Amino acid sequence: MSGPSRRDFVAALLGVPFALSCRASARHLPDGDLLVPGKVAGHRLRDSPAPVEPPERAWQTAEVVVVGGGAAGLAAAWWLARAGMQDVCVLELDEAAGGTSRAGASAITAHPWGAHYIVAPRPHQASLIALLGELGALEAEPNTRTPVFGAEPLVAEQAVCRDPEERLFYRGRWYEGLYPWPGASARDRAQLERFQSEIGRWVAFRDARGRRAFALPRSGASDDAEVTALDRISFGGWLDAQGLDSQRLRWLTDYACRDDYGLLARDTSAWAGIGYFAARIKEPGDEPQPVVTWPEGNARLTDALARPLGARLRLNTVVCRVDQKPEGVEVRAMGPEGPVGIRARRAILATPEYVTERILRSPEANSRPRVVSDRGAWAVANLHLDQRPRTRAREAPLSWDNVFYASPSLGYVVATHQAGRDYGPTVLTWYYPFTGDGAGARRELDSASREEWATVALADVSRAHPDLAEHCRRIDVAYWGHGMVRPRPGSVFDPARRAAIAPLGVVHFASSELSGVSLFEEALDHGVRAAEEVLLALGHRA
Amino acid sequence: MSRKPTKVVLLYVNVLLLATCGLIYELLAGTLGSYLLGDSVTQFSLVIGLYLSAMGLGAWLSRHLEGNLARRFIELELAVALVGGLSAPVLYLAFSRVEHFQVVLLGFVACIGTLVGLELPLLMRLVQSQVAFKDLVSHVLTFDYAGALLASLLFPLVFVPHLGLVRTSLLVGLGNAGVALWGTWLLGADLPRVRGLRVRALLVIGLLAAGVGFSGQLTDWSESALYGDDIVYARSSAYQRILVTKGRAGFQVFLNGNLQFASADEYRYHEALVQPALISRAARAGGARRVLVLGGGDGLALREVLAHDSVEAVTLVDIDPAMTELGESFPPLAELNRRAFHDDRVQVVNEDAMIWLENAPAGWDAAIIDFPDPNTLALGKLYTRRFFQMLRSHLGPDAVVAVQATSPLFARRSFWCIVATLRASGFTALPYHVAVPSFGEWGFVLAALGPLEPPRDLPDALPLRFLNRETLDSLFRFSADMGPVDVDINRLDNQLLVRYYESEWRRWQ
Repeated sequence: MSGPSRRDFVAALLGVPFALSCRASARHLPDGDLLVPGKVAGHRLRDSPAPVEPPERAWQTAEVVVVGGGAAGLAAAWWLARAGMQDVCVLELDEAAGGTSRAGASAITAHPWGAHYIVAPRPHQASLIALLGELGALEAEPNTRTPVFGAEPLVAEQAVCRDPEERLFYRGRWYEGLYPWPGASARDRAQLERFQSEIGRWVAFRDARGRRAFALPRSGASDDAEVTALDRISFGGWLDAQGLDSQRLRWLTDYACRDDYGLLARDTSAWAGIGYFAARIKEPGDEPQPVVTWPEGNARLTDALARPLGARLRLNTVVCRVDQKPEGVEVRAMGPEGPVGIRARRAILATPEYVTERILRSPEANSRPRVVSDRGAWAVANLHLDQRPRTRAREAPLSWDNVFYASPSLGYVVATHQAGRDYGPTVLTWYYPFTGDGAGARRELDSASREEWATVALADVSRAHPDLAEHCRRIDVAYWGHGMVRPRPGSVFDPARRAAIAPLGVVHFASSELSGVSLFEEALDHGVRAAEEVLLALGHRA
Repeated sequence: MSRKPTKVVLLYVNVLLLATCGLIYELLAGTLGSYLLGDSVTQFSLVIGLYLSAMGLGAWLSRHLEGNLARRFIELELAVALVGGLSAPVLYLAFSRVEHFQVVLLGFVACIGTLVGLELPLLMRLVQSQVAFKDLVSHVLTFDYAGALLASLLFPLVFVPHLGLVRTSLLVGLGNAGVALWGTWLLGADLPRVRGLRVRALLVIGLLAAGVGFSGQLTDWSESALYGDDIVYARSSAYQRILVTKGRAGFQVFLNGNLQFASADEYRYHEALVQPALISRAARAGGARRVLVLGGGDGLALREVLAHDSVEAVTLVDIDPAMTELGESFPPLAELNRRAFHDDRVQVVNEDAMIWLENAPAGWDAAIIDFPDPNTLALGKLYTRRFFQMLRSHLGPDAVVAVQATSPLFARRSFWCIVATLRASGFTALPYHVAVPSFGEWGFVLAALGPLEPPRDLPDALPLRFLNRETLDSLFRFSADMGPVDVDINRLDNQLLVRYYESEWRRWQ
């Protein structure tokens, strides 16, 4: 990659001044690898319409076959195993399971490649509470290690995000928290307060059935007209309508949307935008629910989900077609050693809808509602440092989440933070959501090299840490071309999305895409729901 | 040769200056030796003896100096300025880097002594033609001895308290270089190529002046002013700035500017930290055999633990190798901790205690926790419920724990927060306190699983200076201004203790 075109890339992603300033650092770019999950295998599927028929000896049977080893697929298999159904096989096209919750590891620390936190569960989230209990991440009685339940489930101290949680780099200094307080005018403060009271109003909302307007997962939330109406407008439009135009507040709301959805507020469904804030608060005036995290992010959760599977999790296995047969379901796939087939009584498809559409062959498949989702592209860089960047005296100290006010990136999280490793080498995980659209720009991102992304990451983080380059020893990059479903206005309560949840004969659907937002909580919910459908159908549930 | 008598008088002033400088170098070397190596009688005796004999050597060698004597004199002064002026900074730098510091120190002493020994014979030969011999000897020796008096007054009263050793050394070097520069005018008539000499003198002056400027890197002006006493050791490790000062009443160790202990009264602190826990343990289930010390890299808690014959193994976990190295090989400190790090029973681990506990062996009979006060988030985590729970799961059933818990007087909420956090972690906790003059009222917590009573009896065999049977139970009684207050517990996700601590100490600073 030549210097000038790398500069163009930096200019496109961070702005021109950064392209000019990164010249020096780009010359001594540390080594690293590029990870593009699913790309090779996925494109193999797309480009080879006629899969090879597996020979008869390559056919196996299972009670249930799960297609897709992301959080939803793993959750389905885990829930089936918990119910005593062991004969379940999970097929994953990548070389590792976990989907966007995947993690990497170095000699220093595990570090996330994608999703890296969940919100502490409320009492209704039984499956998440069960999972955290398995992980030992609930407060337990010290001698018996049985979880202690109060009115709310208590997440263990070491799993709750360690203080200090977040800081903001604003006008050349680090400040505690995410809101840019310095220089905020009385009007800014008043608007923030009004915004919070609007959110509080939605927190307090209960429909006729007593359901909240916003909850995690969304399946427990209201679908009253007053709530669904929010999906028809954009979050930006909603803020405008409330007269909330404070630049600082709008930065915060944009940041929230970029963080969870890869969109700007003006392109996000108001339902999703308000939900980001309201779903995390128990009652008006409460602090948001704490964040739960681990050094490797949500891979801690997907690893736990995958644990009971053992060899029944098949990696590097690209499913080419899923056929409904009178006696069950037939799955044909390209495994690492050639074509394989699985005959099962039931199938759970935990795949993105564009994959589901391509592989599902069933007489009724055409009648299944078509779900079209906008998917955002993300880059994640892991910067391996031999020493932490310096923090000046009387500045907010290095936190778990470190955000740059003036950057289109999301900043970085510190992988050693939660482990309590406060000195020496660390890994910073930097996130960049591409909030734009347009196929041309997307193509350019898809073909960007490791060096280009690493240059962007280095230039971006260096804005707050001039000493970064001298401590950075390695930059690995993951590019998620179809990373997350983006809740644009109208997409969340798209009737097709809800209708597509319904099973089709012996095939069940579990993708988090069916929620319209890509969150671990949604994936877990759909995986468990699909597993329950199967358990019921196969007579394991009354 | 014709010379005005005033010039001769000025040369006598030179003698005074040279004598002052020469003696100050000697005092510097002796002081540095006794600061850094301890045992001041030996250090001063060695330095004075070697220095005087080296001066004799210089005087003897002076007869081999021929040629232009004025020029030789100027060059000699520049050499003294360089070697003497840089002695203290170089010795400071060498201390933490070379193995045989004593050799380097005495090498400097011999070198400076020899050069200084050359000075007077040379000066006397320079003026011998103009002054009668009896006058010459009388005047030179008078000024020489007067210089010694001046030095012996200036050094302890002005230089050490106000400048510190490093800057004193550099400034005295500047004095020698100044004499050299002045000499180029005074002896100008006898000096060919005088400009070259002046340039060299200015170079030396520039170098030493730069040294004064950079001496802040070694021992900060502001630090010296801040600590009042002279800084004898300073090192910034990856974790903290370690500083040792030496004053009349012994030495003090500071971490990041916070006093860790003063040698004069540390026995009160360390006896109170360690002995109640070990005595309680002995009363519960026999003398402790395996003891854990977390923090305490100075080795002083270790000294108290090792005084118990029952102890078979002690593991000390301190994050900073620079600190445990200091405790092991900084002679005054090694003397104070009775060479605890050389005891076969002791194993040292340099790791963050919380990280270490994750994979640590279990079944300890006692644990002594001696971390610095919770003034940073990295330290605050070592006082959280999670940390105490992890510790708890590594203890034997009858183990007793002692935790240093900052001052219940100056940081009352912080102290009671540590007590409450220990209780929330499943420990029975008994708070106690002791007066340590250099700290003020200081607090500790005795903790154990199950019922715990304040210790009552003290074994006679222990070499104790502070604790006795008469006062032991008074440690566990709190006056009204230190009593319990309502606090929340310290957790990883709130780091409440650091916030309490900051707000409380701010009031006293």
